[in-house]
Amino acid sequence: MVIDKYEPVIGMEIHAELRTASKMFCGCAVVDTTVAAPNTAICPVCTGLPGAMPTVNEHAVTQAMLVGLALNCEINAFTSFARKNYFYPDLPKGYQISQFDHPLATDGWIEVATEASDPLRVGVRRAHLEEDTAKSFHVPSERAGVGAYTLIDYNRSGVPLLEIVSEPDMHSAADAYAYATKIREILRYLEVNSGDMEKGVLRFEANVSVRLRGARTLSTRTEIKNLNSFRALTRAITYEITRQMDAMESGETIAQQTLGWDEARDATFVQRSKEQAQDYRYFPEPDLPPLTIDRGWVAEVRATVPELPAAKFARFLEVYGLPENDARILVAERALADYFEHAAEAYAKDPADLSKWMVGELAYLMNRDGLTIEQVPVTPEALAKLVALVSDGTLNQNSAKEVLETMVETGKPPGTIVQERGLVQISDEDRLSQVVDEVLLENPEQVKSYLAGKTSLLQWFMGQVMRKTRGRAQPQMVLALLRERLTARQK
Amino acid sequence: MALHNLTIQAAHDLLRRGEVSAVELTQAALDRIDEVDPAVKAYVTVCEESALAEAAAADRRLQSGAGVTPLTGIPYGVKDCLSTIGVRTTCSSRILEDYLPPYDATVIARLRAAGAVLVGKQNMDEFGMGSSCENSAFFESHNPWDLARVPGGSSGGSAAAVAAGMGLFALGEDTGGSVRMPAGFCGVTGLKPTYGRVSRYGLIALASSFDSIGPLTHDAWDAALVLRTIAGHDPLDSTSLDAPVPAYGRCRRENLQGMRLGVPLEYFAHGIEPPVAHALRAALDHLEGLGAELHEVSLPHTDHAISIYYLILTAEASSNLARFDGVRFGLSHPLRDAGEEVDVLERYLQTRAHGFGDEVKRRIMLGTFALSAGYYDAYYLQAQRVRTLLRQDFERAFEKVDALIAPVSPTTAFRIGEKIDDPLRMYLSDVHVVAANPGGVCGLAVPCGFAAELPVGMQIIAPPLGEQVLFDVAGAYQATTDWHAARPKIDVRG
Repeated sequence: MVIDKYEPVIGMEIHAELRTASKMFCGCAVVDTTVAAPNTAICPVCTGLPGAMPTVNEHAVTQAMLVGLALNCEINAFTSFARKNYFYPDLPKGYQISQFDHPLATDGWIEVATEASDPLRVGVRRAHLEEDTAKSFHVPSERAGVGAYTLIDYNRSGVPLLEIVSEPDMHSAADAYAYATKIREILRYLEVNSGDMEKGVLRFEANVSVRLRGARTLSTRTEIKNLNSFRALTRAITYEITRQMDAMESGETIAQQTLGWDEARDATFVQRSKEQAQDYRYFPEPDLPPLTIDRGWVAEVRATVPELPAAKFARFLEVYGLPENDARILVAERALADYFEHAAEAYAKDPADLSKWMVGELAYLMNRDGLTIEQVPVTPEALAKLVALVSDGTLNQNSAKEVLETMVETGKPPGTIVQERGLVQISDEDRLSQVVDEVLLENPEQVKSYLAGKTSLLQWFMGQVMRKTRGRAQPQMVLALLRERLTARQK
Repeated sequence: MALHNLTIQAAHDLLRRGEVSAVELTQAALDRIDEVDPAVKAYVTVCEESALAEAAAADRRLQSGAGVTPLTGIPYGVKDCLSTIGVRTTCSSRILEDYLPPYDATVIARLRAAGAVLVGKQNMDEFGMGSSCENSAFFESHNPWDLARVPGGSSGGSAAAVAAGMGLFALGEDTGGSVRMPAGFCGVTGLKPTYGRVSRYGLIALASSFDSIGPLTHDAWDAALVLRTIAGHDPLDSTSLDAPVPAYGRCRRENLQGMRLGVPLEYFAHGIEPPVAHALRAALDHLEGLGAELHEVSLPHTDHAISIYYLILTAEASSNLARFDGVRFGLSHPLRDAGEEVDVLERYLQTRAHGFGDEVKRRIMLGTFALSAGYYDAYYLQAQRVRTLLRQDFERAFEKVDALIAPVSPTTAFRIGEKIDDPLRMYLSDVHVVAANPGGVCGLAVPCGFAAELPVGMQIIAPPLGEQVLFDVAGAYQATTDWHAARPKIDVRG
């Protein structure tokens, strides 16, 4: 196989908007640009009016430090801003204020789970602060005499952006997917980014090259820009690896290029060749003095780094004894994990039972109704109560599912629902014996078949009992009684 | 003395005593503009209506006595690179010909709060690029002492306006001598404060590392009054210094006993016209007579000042001027015609081709080149390294002396057209003033004599944040000389 002969080498740049109240260099609010009316959160600074000057948003620096620390980076004591110069209508000043030779955070790493048994360690070369550009809307010509034009919304201009640059430590589209997922998960954990790909708050770029397996040096790479979904990321990298391997197989050389990803055609296309590469003419931003990051500040931020998913996963296995799969699902989202821990506080007897309900029935209902864990009107305490009702025999599984559905729909506590519906389980032996006897008496044909060896009818009898009790019969007791009565007749 | 020729202090006394109203004072400045500006051409925009309204408000303030400052009711003009809300701010460029800023520069806001009355916006070399005001896209300004000569630049309109009595003071902007040099040519007092002493917020940037806003006035104490109002930290400008603002000028020295003044050899070495050198020599003698000790000092890297200055300036300017792209404000070329699609690159090219003058284009190209990959280290970075040496020159000199005395320019005002076709010669007319900006020091130009009926300027240079030393030296000098009191006779018939 060709793939065995070559080794893909992949590095990623992830741009993450930071969820600060105001923009990177001015006091304008950071708004949801997919919702807010265009050009309503703008000022002289973020529209690049003559004479306007930037000032650094300290909260953005703090959030960037938080990410840096979570990615095991060094937070540099001396950090400074630089101008990246290029012309585009969405870049109002004609330069982007970014960081160049003195980024805020450097030399980090994270571990990501892949198909391989050992986790993959991906180096984080740097994480630096910059400002987002405005958003362009290209309006095509609709009728003769009216030309195409472009509208620009500056609401996004100046939103804090963190660029996270990895080392070229990934070797497949799956590796890149796992890394990007992990970064997204960490950003969401740190509550600095919603991870909402559709809103464009997280954007990927991938550098791809392919070398002969065993080679030590890196080959010429291409850079794929504007990968705005996980699907695009995976497909573009897969496409590009194949394209480069095919080219090498047929003896062609790979050109250093900047590529775009054409979603419709499912193929990369050339945006710029090396010869057309932009010269950004970086130089130190003279409007902003360098930042000296006090060690005390770093320590303060370090103290606020929350428990990250990997550590939480290990703890959930150890402390709560959860199955790996449940734990993985719960820790993927901080709110979900917090919910679980709150519920486990209220029901310490069997946390694994709780997680089963959360990743099973509750997840199903949330998914059905399009609710997040923050939106679902069931408190962790109410869920704990429900599970306790099942455990102490008050409710059987089916009734409990019905109760949970009502809880999700109405927000009522389980006790109330159980009472309103009369769902308390019947576990009174005399009452159940009476119902079982009735069922056997009313169905002599089926009893005959059962006794003749059609033992699968046991479930059918069970169903009849449940119908008569409106589902409230304690199933284990019913089964025991049915077996007892039927065995007695056999003799 | 006529109302339009008063110092700020004299005008303030009259206002306080109720002998004159702010409206009268403002009207006098406006009348003077009507009378002589057709010949001098210092103003790009005169805001008569708003000026009279502001003056009336100042009169109410003076009558109530509450919140009166030394600048309340004082008419002034500003160089047209400072943003003024609702008053067009052009930088004397076609690209901003109709630009109305939606906000005030911090210095304007501070002067407004103090009750000063803005009479108009003053002509300059386009974006501050020039030393003669001939690079204005609109018209040349003329030196009130000789209308055939330049007022200097780039704050030429401001210096000419103050000299001619069109406003009692002006705010200029000095990137490499742009306040001091025209002050010297026009016989007025011009201050370049320490970088960061005055907020740059709202100043349309030329070279962000060097730009310093400073007043042009009739004497040093007036300059101190204005500085006291405009100086101080501004949360909107991260490069503004968070240092306390002394009550500049309040303590006035009678003499210069014990003051050590340095005479830098390199500044007197070559190229100075004999009458200029003669006036400077006389001024040094006078300062010695006031009790100052004169010491010869050396600033060995002075020769590199012009190169450092132009490399860093053009680099920063090329980036600062990138925002003039025809997208959000200012000139946009071609004008929008229904149905015509214009490629964005084409719009950039046309807008900037039509909007910028030759000198601006020249410097954008030089700066873009200096920042280009492969050249950055050799030019921009090297210039920054030599800049450190230049700074150290000053630091060493100020270990021995309190201030330096130097010429402002090697010549008096030159004729209009004399140097305009020779950019390098034009650049060299700033040889004595540029070093202060990359050197990080402050400087003051004061009139110190005449050569063939044209003013000669003396420059006083002090260490960073040493503005009070400048006022001490200039104050003692002006208390015992009257060069600063001379006013030009303007032949308005042309």
